[in-house]
Amino acid sequence: MGFVIEMLGITKDFPGIRANDDVTLQVEERSIHALLGENGAGKSTLMSILFGLYLPDSGSIRIRGKEVHITDPNAATALGIGMVHQHFKLVHNFTVTENIILGQEPAKGPLIDIRKAEMKVENISRLYGLAVDPRAKIEDISVGMQQRVEILKMLYRDAEILIFDEPTAVLTPQEIRELIQIMRRLTAEGKTIILITHKLKEIKEVADVCTVLRRGKCIGTVNVADTSEERMAEMMVGREVNFHVEKGPAKPGEVLLRIENLNVKNQKGVLGVKNFSLEVRAGEVLGLCGIDGNGQTELVHAITGLDRVESGRILLRDRDITNLSIKERSDLGLGHIPEDRHRHGLILDFNLDENLIVHNYYKKPYAHFGFMDKKAIRRNAERLIREFDVRSGEGPATPTRSMSGGNQQKAIVAREVDLSSDVFVIAQPTRGLDVGAIEYIHKRIIAERDKGKAILLVSLELDEIMDVSDRIAVIHGGEIVGIVEAQGADENELGLMMSGSLRKTAKRKETAATGGRQ
Amino acid sequence: MTKRSEKIVLPLISVFLGFFIGSIIIIATGRSPAVMFTAMIRGISGLDIKGELPFNPRYIGEFVVQSMPIILTGLSFAFAARTGLFSIGAEGQLMAGSLAATAVALLVHAPKFIHLPLVLLAGIVAGALWGAIPGLLKAKYNVSEVVVTIMLNYVALHLNNYTILNIFGSVDRVKTAEFSETALLHSPFLESITRNSRLNWGFIPVIIALVIYSLVINKTTFGYSLRAVGFNKEAARYAGMKVNRNTVLSLTIAGAFAGLAGAIITTGTFNFGRAMSAAEGYGFDGIAVALVGGNEAIGILFSGMLFGMLKAAQPLMQSQGIPREITGIIQASIVLFVAMQFGIKMVIDKLKGHKAKPESVGEGAAT
Amino acid sequence: MSFSLLLEMIPIALMFATPIIIAALGGLFSERSGIVNIALEGTMQIGAFAAATVTVLLEPTTPGAAWIGLGVAVLAGILFSSLHAFASINLKANQTISGTALNILAGGLTVYLCQIIFHQQRTRAFSNGMQKITVPYLSDIPVLGKMLFFENYPTFFVAIGLVLLTWFLVYKTPFGLRLRACGENPQAAASMGVSVKGMRYFGVLASGALAGLAGGVMVLTADIQYTLSSIHGTGFIAMASLVFGKWNPFGVLGAGLFFGFSTALSLYAKDIVFLAALPQEFFYLLPYVLTIIALWMFAGKYVGPKASGEIYDAGKR
Repeated sequence: MGFVIEMLGITKDFPGIRANDDVTLQVEERSIHALLGENGAGKSTLMSILFGLYLPDSGSIRIRGKEVHITDPNAATALGIGMVHQHFKLVHNFTVTENIILGQEPAKGPLIDIRKAEMKVENISRLYGLAVDPRAKIEDISVGMQQRVEILKMLYRDAEILIFDEPTAVLTPQEIRELIQIMRRLTAEGKTIILITHKLKEIKEVADVCTVLRRGKCIGTVNVADTSEERMAEMMVGREVNFHVEKGPAKPGEVLLRIENLNVKNQKGVLGVKNFSLEVRAGEVLGLCGIDGNGQTELVHAITGLDRVESGRILLRDRDITNLSIKERSDLGLGHIPEDRHRHGLILDFNLDENLIVHNYYKKPYAHFGFMDKKAIRRNAERLIREFDVRSGEGPATPTRSMSGGNQQKAIVAREVDLSSDVFVIAQPTRGLDVGAIEYIHKRIIAERDKGKAILLVSLELDEIMDVSDRIAVIHGGEIVGIVEAQGADENELGLMMSGSLRKTAKRKETAATGGRQ
Repeated sequence: MTKRSEKIVLPLISVFLGFFIGSIIIIATGRSPAVMFTAMIRGISGLDIKGELPFNPRYIGEFVVQSMPIILTGLSFAFAARTGLFSIGAEGQLMAGSLAATAVALLVHAPKFIHLPLVLLAGIVAGALWGAIPGLLKAKYNVSEVVVTIMLNYVALHLNNYTILNIFGSVDRVKTAEFSETALLHSPFLESITRNSRLNWGFIPVIIALVIYSLVINKTTFGYSLRAVGFNKEAARYAGMKVNRNTVLSLTIAGAFAGLAGAIITTGTFNFGRAMSAAEGYGFDGIAVALVGGNEAIGILFSGMLFGMLKAAQPLMQSQGIPREITGIIQASIVLFVAMQFGIKMVIDKLKGHKAKPESVGEGAAT
Repeated sequence: MSFSLLLEMIPIALMFATPIIIAALGGLFSERSGIVNIALEGTMQIGAFAAATVTVLLEPTTPGAAWIGLGVAVLAGILFSSLHAFASINLKANQTISGTALNILAGGLTVYLCQIIFHQQRTRAFSNGMQKITVPYLSDIPVLGKMLFFENYPTFFVAIGLVLLTWFLVYKTPFGLRLRACGENPQAAASMGVSVKGMRYFGVLASGALAGLAGGVMVLTADIQYTLSSIHGTGFIAMASLVFGKWNPFGVLGAGLFFGFSTALSLYAKDIVFLAALPQEFFYLLPYVLTIIALWMFAGKYVGPKASGEIYDAGKR
């Protein structure tokens, strides 16, 4: 069988970095071919080249044996290549149909023939089993349906080669299974699929072949059925990988963070957190897992003070902090590692030392009578850089923007831990980080736990939750639908809870009068 | 190019390009750019490099007089800009300050060491209040400060005229009565050494303002929180800083600088209140000054002097056939080139064969 | 206020409203493509200057000189706004600064040219400018006929036509869909093969053409010559109309009419009993204060195209 896609010797440079270094990818027709690599490995760049978003600096591309030059997405579309992006490229206030036909609108004279468009959309969606509402606006539909719209965009243009870029990041385990079914159906209908991912389990489940990239270079191509997850991970990272953080049993003490019947409105004005109750004890990690958009963000904002609550209480060591300002809460010992480090965690245009004192810049010794003490600020940064192994080009004076993602996160961790908080709210700490940084962060979380801190870990990565937490709480639709012990937790069960199909409570060893509804 | 040298070289290139454009337009309309350059030199130094006219220190005095208000309006724009806000309201805040200064000058009677500071204070407060309006609207209601400040410029103009003409009274529909000497920044001494220019003590408040600006922004905790909010509002909020309060304070202080400029003009350059048919453009001059000066005190001082020199040269140019508006054209071109400096930097880097730093790509492009 | 007074006021209000509406439509095209153009004011000045100059120079010899003047105004506007387009799109300049620079440039350039051509800081006054017309048949309709079609400037109907054309183009054609996509999510548009650069160029140049036209209309109907104060902030009022009108052509029409009426009020205040006592300056102030109030009431509630004003980074994902 000939290759339907061949990318031969592709090299692509961006300012300061070689994203693809002489990479060769050969994909057989009607296969599901996985492209595996860490963040920054070069997989999305490679596929962007295939889709015409970038031009390679050297190398060639052959489609069905014929050499082609893909200069822009139109050329890629004409060749039958389509891409389902990781971050959906949808216009939020257009309808499903308008998004699908954008750029290739059926016309009646000068007008868009919207009726014809809707019919075609309905036909394709029926043919491939992708249920959508053609008239709905994107901002009103679920993430799962949005992804189906992305897929339909390609099928509308008669794509034969479909590139999926990290498609499962936003899906429940059940929806992931549905997607796998869709992918199998597509290949049955003659399509070829390239799957960009860093999730080994999914590769094992659905892919036929896997090509591994590391730091821009192609490490090798393997037959998925014959290769273990461990082997693939080793190829991806370059060394043996320890998937699980080492930790002893937790020794939970008193309740440090208590949330009672919390109700918080979300951005749309409806309740994002409903009648929510939870306790976190000293010396334990409580992991909160759930699908993105089920209230985690609102919960974290409410606890840290970014958003107001409608009703309910938040207690820090029995002190009611529900209506205190952000500063008051952090002064009382609430540490926070935000989920978006660029948006909330750091001021990228500041130097490293300025970022490290962001909570207490106005206090001694960093400021006297309103004037800042540069020496003291610098000394503090030097200490934290040493203690937490933060790599920075110019030490305390490093422009934060120039630091790597992992080191930026380390800086945030350093800052928050140094505040000697009793309670930590940690959201998505390892998003976008490489394996080494992830290992470090997880180790650090356990270390703080062992010091007796109470840690609420909020994450979209189920693996991370299951690995690091002592207890696991599942949030769905703004409510707690179950709390289980991490040891022995069943991933399928968690998946069902995350999608709202199951409610469960953990059997507690002591009877605790929590005041919460379960 | 290091970041430090970038801050100096890029604005200089913009200035050079701006003058280049101006020269082209002068040539295209049949005049000689040499006239403009000799006028500028005479405007700043009193010297005539053609050697025909004698040294006249009056020009030096006038050059300082022209530089003072635009340094202040430059500080006004820059202060807001450091907080991430775009204030185009210096013009109106200046007029508010001018009006308040006029009021205190005409209505209060006191010895000079009380009267004059009171006049200046009135200007500062009035400008601050005029700046607080867009500040509050932005902080509480998220109304863009860009259009509001522009609208307030026109409102200030008409309020000023109404008050001057109807409340203070004017004989010729332009000037009020003259202020008493106790309200003035005038200095017979300074006037005498500059051959009767309008040089006055106003430069002292200007220097103080420059120092205050630099101190506050760079050395105080308040300045730290302002810069934080300007760079990343969300992160600043997360760190517990009061974003709304900073927004209001920032525009208020920016207004204070401009209000001071209005007071200095009214009691330094002139000695009466004025009704105006249109805004005089100090606000826009300030924008150019701040942008070329990189929003830093030192830079604003020098670029203020540069544009002051341009303004001082206007009458000289006009009398020799180059319309005075050429300064506006040059100024606008400079601002345009400053706005394009990211693009200019790309061109320079390409010419040098360098690649831009990876930081500019961030986490976006390469994965 | 008596009815006949209202009848008298309406053509004046329409005259003031027309340039606001046309300029705001220009802003609509620009922002819908994703570029903020605060240089509507300066472009109107350029257009006004061009129209006034051409008209005064051609009037003695050419009938319809005013219409030729308007045509030149459109061209001048396109040329002027291409600076903003190049700076914002190709060089990724900060759009607010670029717009401000152009506003300053327009003032300087127009008066400079007045000095060169007319040796004074204004153009020479033209004798006729735009002529009013009376539409036969339609002006005989009771009430409405007297209001709209009797001794009215034809430029108002140009404005109405542009509103309809804009609505049709932006909401009903494939071109309009792509244009709007560029303003909401340029990455999405690019991934579907739409040329974001091309669309944005169109948006900015269209705004230049319309703002130039608006400036020309303003000077030829409401003034006798071009001076530095001819436009006095109308470009910014047009921007506010855009917010007020929710970035929609019909909304813009309504907002423009509102502002036109408030300006007309200043001329008729002395004839209206309870307004006559107020000083003249109050009415000069009114449109600007109303603009602030309008922005205040509608800010946050009405949100413009999502990507408008952001620098488009092709590499961003």
